[in-house]
Amino acid sequence: MAGMDIYEKVLVVSPAVEIDAHSAERLRFSVDAAFENSPCVNIVFDLSKVGFMDSSGIGLLIGRYKQAEKRGGCLALAGMNNEMARLYTISGLAKIVKNFPSLNEAISALRGGAK
Amino acid sequence: MNRAVLEIDSRVGNVSLARVAAATFIAPLDPDVTELSDMKTAVSEAVTNAIIHGYGGIEGNTVRMTLTLDGRLLTVEVTDNGIGITDIACAREPLFTTLPELERSGLGFTVMESFMDTVDVISTPKVGTTVTMTKEIKIIEAADGHESLRDSSLA
Repeated sequence: MAGMDIYEKVLVVSPAVEIDAHSAERLRFSVDAAFENSPCVNIVFDLSKVGFMDSSGIGLLIGRYKQAEKRGGCLALAGMNNEMARLYTISGLAKIVKNFPSLNEAISALRGGAK
Repeated sequence: MNRAVLEIDSRVGNVSLARVAAATFIAPLDPDVTELSDMKTAVSEAVTNAIIHGYGGIEGNTVRMTLTLDGRLLTVEVTDNGIGITDIACAREPLFTTLPELERSGLGFTVMESFMDTVDVISTPKVGTTVTMTKEIKIIEAADGHESLRDSSLA
C-alpha cells in the first residue's frame, strides 16, 4: 500500500493507492507505527504515485503533521498532481505544509532544517 | 436524458466503486481531467459522509447514488437513511466535524461546494440525508476551434 524508507531522520512514505477514507485509515496506522519505531523527526509524503485523493487524505496529512511536530520535526509533500494541488490549496494545508516538485528536493529541505 | 442508480453497502471500501461508476457515467461527454477529478472528489466526499456520518461507519446499510445526465448537466444525488443532520448550516462550515478522533478534516462539504456547481442538502434527523450536486460538463474546444464531442447522442 505504501513504501517506507528512512533517510537520516526523514521517514519517506510513498503511497501507491487512491487516498480516500478506506485507505487513509490503513495508511494512518502503518505510518504511525513506522514513525514511532524510528528515530525520525520528519515525514515526507511522496504523492507521485497517488492518482486520487479526497479530504480524507487531508485529514491523514494533518494528523501526520501533528505527529512530526510532537518530535520537533515537520511534514513535507512531494510530487502531487495538479488536481491534488487544488485540494491542497482549498483545504488550507498549503499554509502549514510545504509541497516540493520532487522527493529529493523535499528530503534536502528537511535535512537542511527547513520548516 | 440518461440515468443510472447505484446502491452500495455502507462500507468505506465501496466509496471507490461509487467514484468509478460516476466517472464511467460521464465518460461519453469527454470531460477534461480537472472536471473528472472534481466530480470524483465530490462523489467521494458525499458517499463517505453518508457512510461515516449518516450510518456512523456501521456496515449493512444502504447508500443510494443516482446519476442523471440532461444534455451536459450532471446531477448526482446521494441518499442515506441514517441519523440525519441536525444543523445543516453548521455541518457545511469549513473544518466542522463531529469526528475529530477519526481525523476527519471537516472539509467534505467545502470540497463538494468548491468542485461542483451547486450543492443542496436535505436532511431530517433520524430519517436520513440527501445531497444533490450538479455540474455542467463543458465542451472542450480543439486547437482548430472545433468542438470536441465524442458522442453527443449519449448525453
